[in-house]
Amino acid sequence: MLEIKNLHASVEDKDILRGINLEVKPGEVHAIMGPNGSGKSTLASVVAGKEEYEVTKGNILLEGEDIDELSAEERAHKGVFMSFQYPVEIPGVTVTNFMKTAINETRKAQGLEDMPAKDMLKMIREKSEMLEIDRKFLSRSLNEGFSGGEKKRNEIFQMAMLEPKLAILDETDSGLDIDALRIVANGVNKLRSKDNAVVVITHYQRLLDYIVPDFVHVLFEGRIVKSGGKELAHELEEKGYDWIKEEVNA
Amino acid sequence: MAFENTIDVDTPVHDIRSEAIKVFEEQGFPTKKQEAWKYTSLNSILKHDYSVFPKEENALEYREVKKYFIHDIDTYNIVFIDGKYSSHLSQTTHDGIDVCLMSSALNKPKYRLIIENYFNKIATGDSLSALNTAFSSEGAYIHVPKNKLVEKPIQILHFSTGNESAVMLQPRNLVVIDENSHVQIIERHQSLTDNAVLTNSVTEIFAAKRAIVDYYKVQNDNENASLIDNTFIDQKQESNCSVHTFSFGGKITRNNLNFYQNGERIDSTLKGVTIIEDKQHVDHNTLVHHIEPNCESHQDYKGIFDDKATGVFNGKVVVEKEAQKTNAFQANNNILVSDKATINTKPQLEIFADDVKCSHGCTIGQLDESAMFYLRSRGIPEKEARALLMYAFANNVLESVKIPELKARINKLIAKKIGVNIGFEL
Repeated sequence: MLEIKNLHASVEDKDILRGINLEVKPGEVHAIMGPNGSGKSTLASVVAGKEEYEVTKGNILLEGEDIDELSAEERAHKGVFMSFQYPVEIPGVTVTNFMKTAINETRKAQGLEDMPAKDMLKMIREKSEMLEIDRKFLSRSLNEGFSGGEKKRNEIFQMAMLEPKLAILDETDSGLDIDALRIVANGVNKLRSKDNAVVVITHYQRLLDYIVPDFVHVLFEGRIVKSGGKELAHELEEKGYDWIKEEVNA
Repeated sequence: MAFENTIDVDTPVHDIRSEAIKVFEEQGFPTKKQEAWKYTSLNSILKHDYSVFPKEENALEYREVKKYFIHDIDTYNIVFIDGKYSSHLSQTTHDGIDVCLMSSALNKPKYRLIIENYFNKIATGDSLSALNTAFSSEGAYIHVPKNKLVEKPIQILHFSTGNESAVMLQPRNLVVIDENSHVQIIERHQSLTDNAVLTNSVTEIFAAKRAIVDYYKVQNDNENASLIDNTFIDQKQESNCSVHTFSFGGKITRNNLNFYQNGERIDSTLKGVTIIEDKQHVDHNTLVHHIEPNCESHQDYKGIFDDKATGVFNGKVVVEKEAQKTNAFQANNNILVSDKATINTKPQLEIFADDVKCSHGCTIGQLDESAMFYLRSRGIPEKEARALLMYAFANNVLESVKIPELKARINKLIAKKIGVNIGFEL
């Protein structure tokens, strides 16, 4: 599904990613953990195609195809989705209109007709119910005045609507209370299948009790310095990140 | 002078007109040397030899101009063709309220008191208003007595047929809304050919105690049509007046919008969306005069300028010494799509009271890159994302438009202007 080979990336001449290697197969859930400033969010943004970051070395392959040169929208059309840590507020565009536009533009890129309005409404209803989203919420301006939890739930709603092959959840747990966390995690779990993959980026182990990873990677100073199973997340939760730093420095 | 033959010589307005001619003769057309006209030159539109009194009466069929009406709801309509009243296209009334012609109001005794009390009481001082006072022969007269909720919006439409090569129009409107009454008015000027038209319009609005007036101006005219709109609003205590100006087309458009708050707890709203391209020019020159305590004013103007379009926002807020506890907000946000487009924006605050909240802010910029990435990461291509953000930026002002059909129409105009062709419905 996703193969990242020796990926180096910088922003404004500052190296942030310094040789990342990662392989995610269909059906898998990978967690990427690490202390603040280790490059987790940069990795997510680089895979999603944010232009401010410059890939200086290495490759990103999606289903075997190099996507380095593709724009963010082209990556989205191929099934890449990123749940934003800080979703952007867009006054004047309702959640519903935004979703319709995103879906139909993706379909257009795939050579399909617009989704019939009836199907769209049905899908919106089903997916919003799944995430316990109030209907009124859908006619509000995108993220404007949403609470932290509403924003994150809305991100997962978008994921549910777009049905990506690869979903990268960037700190989706931050700002969520326990009920919202459970709803969001249940939503993600329902969307999992043998054909898609999820990369969960998080600072804490909490979310991983609900979205159980197959692999856990520790990112530190722009490199993956340790990989393991889900028990690694528990170890990090107990011991913090200092021992990782010591291991790396030793 | 020739127009003396055309215009009512024996009415009470005769003296007012004579005085106005003197004022105009002394001052002439404004030039860029005047501070208020620094960024707007009328030279290019004054070079035409305008016909001031169109020679012939021109008729239009409703189907030819239907699209310029808000036609999906019931409205009163006052329609003019080349400055002359079209009874065929109008729906006026005298049933409890007066929605009719300025010329009849000026001539008939039953309106005399209103005319004496209100006509040309606030549209004074500047040369263009004086020119209008001197020459205008027609316009809309609206009088709503107290405690009336006028359920149907009133549309004032001016069509120019272009049957003469260049026409200058001087419409004159008087709107008097008595205590506790509510009215909604939509005004539009539309030329139907590419011949030059210059409209110098004056509207005086008087909102009595607790009156509510919502006024909407749709400016989407042809590339050879220019408009100088002079609107003056006098508000009494607890009244609530709003003017929304949607400027999407025309050669030169100048909006002189003046609010005078003569009472306590008054609310004034001035909002506008400007979306222009080519060499179009739109100038918003606003004044809010806070005279008494506990009043509010809200100004929100948004502009999107492409190609070599130029915009001006000159917003003046005066808070008199007695006007304590004033809340005055002013915002002017602009997006320059092309690097050849220009906006000159200048807030002017003159505050003489010490216990007030006044804010003003203006921005000139491009679109937010983080918002662009957010939209693109969801599969919306760059061009569409850009259009969507511009649409959202402008559309925001529409929230306070209270006539849903008008809102839908403006929404469509904005979408068309920006080139958003995504299945939007509001």
